Amino acid sequence: MSDVKIEGYELKAGFKGMTADTGSDQTMFKGVQWGKVMMWIFLLSDTFIFSCFLISYMKGRTSTVVDWPNTSEVFSLHVGSTPVPLLLIAIMTFVLITSSGTMALAVKYGYEKNRKMCGWLILATAIGGLTFVGMQAFEWSKLIHEGVRPWENPFGAKQFGSFFFMITGFHGTHVSIGVIFLFIFARKVFKGDFDNGKRGFFTTMKSDYVAIEILGLYWHFVDLVWVFIFAFFYLW
Amino acid sequence: MDNIENKEQSTTHKIGIYLWIWGLLFVLSFFSYMVDWFAFQGLLRWSLILTFMFLKAGLIMAFFMHLFWERYALVNVLLWPMTAIACFIGLMAAEAKYTVFTRLLYFITGG
Repeated sequence: MSDVKIEGYELKAGFKGMTADTGSDQTMFKGVQWGKVMMWIFLLSDTFIFSCFLISYMKGRTSTVVDWPNTSEVFSLHVGSTPVPLLLIAIMTFVLITSSGTMALAVKYGYEKNRKMCGWLILATAIGGLTFVGMQAFEWSKLIHEGVRPWENPFGAKQFGSFFFMITGFHGTHVSIGVIFLFIFARKVFKGDFDNGKRGFFTTMKSDYVAIEILGLYWHFVDLVWVFIFAFFYLW
Repeated sequence: MDNIENKEQSTTHKIGIYLWIWGLLFVLSFFSYMVDWFAFQGLLRWSLILTFMFLKAGLIMAFFMHLFWERYALVNVLLWPMTAIACFIGLMAAEAKYTVFTRLLYFITGG
Protein backbone atom coordinates (compact mmCIF):
# COMPACT_ATOMS: atom_id res chain seq x y z
CA MET A 1 0.00 0.00 0.00
CA SER A 2 2.81 2.45 0.56
CA ASP A 3 5.90 1.06 -1.13
CA VAL A 4 5.53 3.27 -4.17
CA LYS A 5 8.36 4.39 -6.38
CA ILE A 6 8.05 7.66 -8.24
CA GLU A 7 10.88 8.67 -10.53
CA GLY A 8 12.67 11.82 -9.48
CA TYR A 9 10.81 12.06 -6.19
CA GLU A 10 12.11 10.99 -2.86
CA LEU A 11 9.47 9.57 -0.55
CA LYS A 12 10.01 10.51 3.06
CA ALA A 13 8.25 8.96 6.01
CA GLY A 14 6.09 10.54 8.73
CA PHE A 15 5.16 14.21 8.98
CA LYS A 16 8.20 15.29 6.92
CA GLY A 17 6.82 13.09 4.17
CA MET A 18 3.38 14.58 4.62
CA THR A 19 4.57 18.16 4.11
CA ALA A 20 6.74 17.09 1.20
CA ASP A 21 3.87 15.16 -0.46
CA THR A 22 1.44 18.02 0.07
CA GLY A 23 3.78 20.65 -1.34
CA SER A 24 5.24 18.53 -4.11
CA ASP A 25 3.45 20.31 -6.96
CA GLN A 26 2.15 16.95 -8.15
CA THR A 27 -0.49 14.54 -7.00
CA MET A 28 -0.70 14.73 -3.21
CA PHE A 29 -1.60 11.16 -2.30
CA LYS A 30 1.42 9.27 -3.58
CA GLY A 31 0.70 5.80 -4.87
CA VAL A 32 -2.97 5.92 -3.94
CA GLN A 33 -5.26 5.16 -6.85
CA TRP A 34 -7.66 8.08 -7.41
CA GLY A 35 -10.76 5.94 -6.91
CA LYS A 36 -9.52 5.01 -3.48
CA VAL A 37 -9.06 8.67 -2.54
CA MET A 38 -12.56 9.40 -3.81
CA MET A 39 -13.98 6.58 -1.67
CA TRP A 40 -12.12 7.92 1.38
CA ILE A 41 -13.47 11.43 0.81
CA PHE A 42 -16.98 9.99 0.42
CA LEU A 43 -16.56 8.02 3.64
CA LEU A 44 -15.36 11.17 5.39
CA SER A 45 -18.54 12.99 4.36
CA ASP A 46 -20.59 9.97 5.40
CA THR A 47 -18.87 10.09 8.79
CA PHE A 48 -20.18 13.61 9.19
CA ILE A 49 -23.73 12.54 8.35
CA PHE A 50 -23.69 9.67 10.85
CA SER A 51 -22.07 11.95 13.43
CA CYS A 52 -24.89 14.45 12.99
CA PHE A 53 -27.45 11.68 13.59
CA LEU A 54 -25.67 10.40 16.68
CA ILE A 55 -25.10 13.91 18.04
CA SER A 56 -28.77 14.80 17.59
CA TYR A 57 -29.60 11.53 19.36
CA MET A 58 -27.31 12.55 22.23
CA LYS A 59 -28.99 15.95 22.39
CA GLY A 60 -32.49 14.51 22.25
CA ARG A 61 -31.78 11.90 24.89
CA THR A 62 -30.01 14.29 27.27
CA SER A 63 -32.55 17.05 27.05
CA THR A 64 -35.73 15.02 27.58
CA VAL A 65 -37.13 15.03 31.10
CA VAL A 66 -38.90 11.67 30.53
CA ASP A 67 -36.99 8.42 31.22
CA TRP A 68 -35.29 6.91 28.19
CA PRO A 69 -36.48 3.34 27.37
CA ASN A 70 -34.23 0.64 28.79
CA THR A 71 -32.64 -0.69 25.58
CA SER A 72 -31.48 -3.80 27.38
CA GLU A 73 -35.13 -4.81 27.86
CA VAL A 74 -36.58 -3.34 24.66
CA PHE A 75 -34.14 -5.32 22.50
CA SER A 76 -34.23 -8.55 24.50
CA LEU A 77 -35.21 -11.82 22.89
CA HIS A 78 -36.95 -14.70 24.61
CA VAL A 79 -35.05 -17.98 24.56
CA GLY A 80 -37.58 -20.46 25.86
CA SER A 81 -39.21 -18.29 28.49
CA THR A 82 -36.18 -16.35 29.76
CA PRO A 83 -35.50 -12.95 28.18
CA VAL A 84 -31.88 -12.57 27.04
CA PRO A 85 -30.89 -8.88 26.86
CA LEU A 86 -29.73 -7.52 23.49
CA LEU A 87 -29.37 -11.05 22.07
CA LEU A 88 -30.34 -10.20 18.51
CA ILE A 89 -28.14 -7.09 18.49
CA ALA A 90 -25.17 -9.13 19.74
CA ILE A 91 -25.68 -11.70 16.98
CA MET A 92 -25.99 -8.89 14.40
CA THR A 93 -22.71 -7.41 15.67
CA PHE A 94 -20.92 -10.74 15.32
CA VAL A 95 -22.37 -11.32 11.84
CA LEU A 96 -21.16 -7.91 10.68
CA ILE A 97 -17.68 -8.40 12.13
CA THR A 98 -17.48 -11.80 10.47
CA SER A 99 -18.36 -10.28 7.12
CA SER A 100 -15.79 -7.54 7.69
CA GLY A 101 -13.13 -10.19 8.26
CA THR A 102 -14.03 -12.09 5.10
CA MET A 103 -13.90 -8.80 3.18
CA ALA A 104 -10.42 -8.00 4.50
CA LEU A 105 -9.26 -11.42 3.33
CA ALA A 106 -10.98 -10.92 -0.04
CA VAL A 107 -8.93 -7.73 -0.55
CA LYS A 108 -5.75 -9.59 0.31
CA TYR A 109 -6.49 -12.45 -2.08
CA GLY A 110 -7.53 -9.97 -4.74
CA TYR A 111 -4.12 -8.29 -4.68
CA GLU A 112 -2.55 -11.74 -4.84
CA LYS A 113 -4.65 -12.36 -7.98
CA ASN A 114 -6.22 -15.40 -6.37
CA ARG A 115 -9.48 -15.14 -8.29
CA LYS A 116 -11.40 -18.04 -6.75
CA MET A 117 -10.63 -17.27 -3.09
CA CYS A 118 -11.35 -13.57 -3.65
CA GLY A 119 -14.70 -14.35 -5.28
CA TRP A 120 -15.86 -16.80 -2.64
CA LEU A 121 -14.86 -14.46 0.17
CA ILE A 122 -16.77 -11.56 -1.40
CA LEU A 123 -19.76 -13.86 -1.78
CA ALA A 124 -19.45 -14.84 1.89
CA THR A 125 -19.32 -11.14 2.81
CA ALA A 126 -22.45 -10.47 0.77
CA ILE A 127 -24.30 -13.31 2.49
CA GLY A 128 -23.20 -11.99 5.89
CA GLY A 129 -24.53 -8.56 4.96
CA LEU A 130 -27.79 -10.08 3.74
CA THR A 131 -28.17 -11.94 7.05
CA PHE A 132 -27.61 -8.68 8.90
CA VAL A 133 -30.27 -6.85 6.89
CA GLY A 134 -32.66 -9.76 7.42
CA MET A 135 -32.20 -9.64 11.18
CA GLN A 136 -32.65 -5.89 11.14
CA ALA A 137 -35.93 -6.30 9.26
CA PHE A 138 -37.00 -8.81 11.92
CA GLU A 139 -36.06 -6.35 14.69
CA TRP A 140 -37.96 -3.50 13.03
CA SER A 141 -41.12 -5.56 12.54
CA LYS A 142 -40.91 -6.80 16.13
CA LEU A 143 -40.68 -3.25 17.49
CA ILE A 144 -43.38 -1.94 15.16
CA HIS A 145 -45.59 -4.81 16.30
CA GLU A 146 -44.96 -3.77 19.91
CA GLY A 147 -46.16 -0.27 19.09
CA VAL A 148 -42.94 1.67 18.55
CA ARG A 149 -43.56 4.59 16.18
CA PRO A 150 -41.42 7.59 15.31
CA TRP A 151 -43.75 9.72 17.43
CA GLU A 152 -44.55 7.39 20.35
CA ASN A 153 -43.65 4.14 22.03
CA PRO A 154 -44.84 2.21 25.08
CA PHE A 155 -41.45 2.13 26.82
CA GLY A 156 -40.57 5.74 27.67
CA ALA A 157 -39.43 8.97 26.04
CA LYS A 158 -41.23 9.59 22.74
CA GLN A 159 -38.07 10.58 20.86
CA PHE A 160 -36.78 7.02 21.10
CA GLY A 161 -38.66 5.76 18.03
CA SER A 162 -37.62 8.51 15.66
CA PHE A 163 -33.94 8.18 16.56
CA PHE A 164 -34.11 4.40 16.34
CA PHE A 165 -35.73 4.29 12.90
CA MET A 166 -33.59 7.11 11.52
CA ILE A 167 -30.20 5.84 12.69
CA THR A 168 -30.62 2.10 12.18
CA GLY A 169 -32.57 2.74 8.97
CA PHE A 170 -29.83 4.88 7.48
CA HIS A 171 -27.24 2.30 8.50
CA GLY A 172 -29.37 -0.54 7.11
CA THR A 173 -29.64 1.33 3.81
CA HIS A 174 -25.85 1.49 3.67
CA VAL A 175 -25.63 -2.25 4.34
CA SER A 176 -28.21 -3.00 1.64
CA ILE A 177 -26.38 -0.90 -0.97
CA GLY A 178 -23.15 -2.62 0.07
CA VAL A 179 -24.72 -6.05 -0.38
CA ILE A 180 -25.87 -5.16 -3.91
CA PHE A 181 -22.37 -4.02 -4.85
CA LEU A 182 -20.80 -7.08 -3.20
CA PHE A 183 -22.91 -9.38 -5.39
CA ILE A 184 -22.05 -7.36 -8.51
CA PHE A 185 -18.35 -7.47 -7.70
CA ALA A 186 -18.41 -11.16 -6.79
CA ARG A 187 -19.79 -11.80 -10.28
CA LYS A 188 -17.12 -9.60 -11.86
CA VAL A 189 -14.37 -11.40 -9.96
CA PHE A 190 -15.65 -14.85 -10.94
CA LYS A 191 -15.94 -13.75 -14.57
CA GLY A 192 -12.29 -12.71 -14.43
CA ASP A 193 -12.86 -9.05 -15.29
CA PHE A 194 -10.10 -8.00 -12.91
CA ASP A 195 -7.60 -10.42 -14.40
CA ASN A 196 -8.12 -9.51 -18.06
CA GLY A 197 -8.74 -5.80 -17.38
CA LYS A 198 -12.18 -5.72 -18.95
CA ARG A 199 -13.65 -2.24 -19.06
CA GLY A 200 -16.45 -1.55 -16.63
CA PHE A 201 -20.09 -0.79 -17.35
CA PHE A 202 -20.06 2.87 -16.33
CA THR A 203 -16.46 3.60 -17.17
CA THR A 204 -13.87 3.22 -19.86
CA MET A 205 -11.25 2.40 -17.24
CA LYS A 206 -9.79 -1.06 -17.12
CA SER A 207 -10.89 -3.14 -14.15
CA ASP A 208 -8.25 -3.68 -11.52
CA TYR A 209 -8.18 -5.48 -8.20
CA VAL A 210 -7.82 -2.10 -6.47
CA ALA A 211 -11.60 -1.94 -6.95
CA ILE A 212 -11.93 -4.73 -4.41
CA GLU A 213 -10.00 -2.68 -1.87
CA ILE A 214 -12.26 0.32 -2.55
CA LEU A 215 -15.34 -1.87 -2.09
CA GLY A 216 -13.69 -3.20 1.07
CA LEU A 217 -13.22 0.33 2.42
CA TYR A 218 -16.95 0.95 2.07
CA TRP A 219 -17.83 -2.35 3.71
CA HIS A 220 -15.46 -1.80 6.66
CA PHE A 221 -16.93 1.66 7.08
CA VAL A 222 -20.40 0.15 7.43
CA ASP A 223 -18.99 -2.11 10.15
CA LEU A 224 -17.24 0.87 11.74
CA VAL A 225 -20.47 2.85 11.96
CA TRP A 226 -22.18 -0.15 13.53
CA VAL A 227 -19.49 -0.17 16.25
CA PHE A 228 -20.56 3.36 17.21
CA ILE A 229 -24.30 2.67 16.91
CA PHE A 230 -23.92 -0.47 19.03
CA ALA A 231 -22.05 1.48 21.71
CA PHE A 232 -24.15 4.62 21.82
CA PHE A 233 -27.64 3.48 20.93
CA TYR A 234 -27.87 -0.07 22.26
CA LEU A 235 -25.38 -0.26 25.15
CA TRP A 236 -25.38 3.26 26.58
CA MET B 1 2.00 12.04 -14.52
CA ASP B 2 4.30 9.09 -13.93
CA ASN B 3 2.42 7.86 -10.94
CA ILE B 4 -0.82 7.24 -12.80
CA GLU B 5 0.91 4.25 -14.33
CA ASN B 6 2.29 3.44 -10.92
CA LYS B 7 -0.35 0.89 -10.00
CA GLU B 8 -0.28 -0.36 -6.48
CA GLN B 9 2.04 -3.28 -6.57
CA SER B 10 0.64 -5.92 -4.33
CA THR B 11 1.88 -5.15 -0.85
CA THR B 12 -0.14 -7.93 0.62
CA HIS B 13 0.27 -8.67 4.24
CA LYS B 14 0.51 -12.06 5.84
CA ILE B 15 -2.85 -13.65 6.49
CA GLY B 16 -1.95 -13.91 10.19
CA ILE B 17 -2.37 -10.21 10.85
CA TYR B 18 -5.93 -10.19 9.49
CA LEU B 19 -6.88 -13.27 11.49
CA TRP B 20 -5.42 -11.72 14.65
CA ILE B 21 -7.36 -8.48 14.19
CA TRP B 22 -10.48 -10.46 13.36
CA GLY B 23 -10.10 -12.48 16.57
CA LEU B 24 -9.45 -9.34 18.62
CA LEU B 25 -12.61 -7.73 17.20
CA PHE B 26 -14.62 -10.77 18.26
CA VAL B 27 -13.16 -10.69 21.76
CA LEU B 28 -13.75 -6.94 22.13
CA SER B 29 -17.34 -7.26 20.88
CA PHE B 30 -17.88 -10.06 23.36
CA PHE B 31 -16.52 -7.87 26.16
CA SER B 32 -18.75 -4.94 25.22
CA TYR B 33 -21.74 -7.30 25.19
CA MET B 34 -20.70 -8.50 28.65
CA VAL B 35 -20.90 -4.90 29.88
CA ASP B 36 -24.63 -5.10 29.28
CA TRP B 37 -24.91 -8.72 30.43
CA PHE B 38 -23.49 -7.92 33.88
CA ALA B 39 -25.49 -4.66 33.90
CA PHE B 40 -22.60 -2.43 34.98
CA GLN B 41 -23.81 1.05 35.79
CA GLY B 42 -22.52 4.60 35.94
CA LEU B 43 -18.92 5.57 35.30
CA LEU B 44 -17.74 1.97 34.93
CA ARG B 45 -20.37 1.26 32.27
CA TRP B 46 -19.67 4.15 29.99
CA SER B 47 -15.90 4.08 30.38
CA LEU B 48 -15.90 0.40 29.39
CA ILE B 49 -18.28 1.01 26.47
CA LEU B 50 -16.10 3.84 25.17
CA THR B 51 -12.84 1.90 25.63
CA PHE B 52 -14.07 -1.13 23.69
CA MET B 53 -15.67 1.09 21.06
CA PHE B 54 -12.50 3.08 20.35
CA LEU B 55 -10.35 -0.07 20.38
CA LYS B 56 -12.63 -1.73 17.83
CA ALA B 57 -12.86 1.37 15.66
CA GLY B 58 -9.09 1.81 15.78
CA LEU B 59 -8.39 -1.79 14.80
CA ILE B 60 -10.84 -1.70 11.90
CA MET B 61 -9.46 1.57 10.55
CA ALA B 62 -5.78 0.78 11.08
CA PHE B 63 -5.67 -2.76 9.71
CA PHE B 64 -8.85 -3.64 7.81
CA MET B 65 -8.94 -0.23 6.12
CA HIS B 66 -5.13 -0.23 5.82
CA LEU B 67 -4.63 3.24 7.36
CA PHE B 68 -1.68 1.88 9.35
CA TRP B 69 0.17 1.34 6.07
CA GLU B 70 -0.95 4.52 4.28
CA ARG B 71 1.17 7.62 3.96
CA TYR B 72 0.63 10.44 6.46
CA ALA B 73 -0.67 12.77 3.74
CA LEU B 74 -3.81 10.61 3.47
CA VAL B 75 -4.09 9.63 7.13
CA ASN B 76 -4.01 13.24 8.34
CA VAL B 77 -6.53 14.43 5.77
CA LEU B 78 -8.91 11.80 7.11
CA LEU B 79 -8.34 12.10 10.83
CA TRP B 80 -8.07 15.84 11.48
CA PRO B 81 -11.69 16.58 10.47
CA MET B 82 -12.69 14.36 13.41
CA THR B 83 -11.66 17.20 15.73
CA ALA B 84 -14.52 19.24 14.24
CA ILE B 85 -16.91 16.44 15.22
CA ALA B 86 -15.43 16.39 18.73
CA CYS B 87 -16.07 20.16 19.01
CA PHE B 88 -19.62 19.66 17.75
CA ILE B 89 -20.23 16.96 20.38
CA GLY B 90 -18.95 19.31 23.08
CA LEU B 91 -21.15 22.18 21.91
CA MET B 92 -24.29 20.05 21.67
CA ALA B 93 -23.66 18.41 25.04
CA ALA B 94 -23.57 21.86 26.65
CA GLU B 95 -26.67 22.88 24.70
CA ALA B 96 -28.52 19.74 25.81
CA LYS B 97 -27.69 20.39 29.45
CA TYR B 98 -29.04 23.91 29.08
CA THR B 99 -32.24 22.68 27.40
CA VAL B 100 -32.99 20.16 30.11
CA PHE B 101 -32.22 22.77 32.77
CA THR B 102 -34.70 25.27 31.32
CA ARG B 103 -37.31 22.54 30.82
CA LEU B 104 -37.09 21.43 34.42
CA LEU B 105 -37.06 25.03 35.61
CA TYR B 106 -40.25 26.00 33.74
CA PHE B 107 -42.01 22.71 34.45
CA ILE B 108 -41.48 23.38 38.15
CA THR B 109 -42.06 27.13 38.28
CA GLY B 110 -44.77 26.98 35.60
CA GLY B 111 -43.13 29.58 33.35
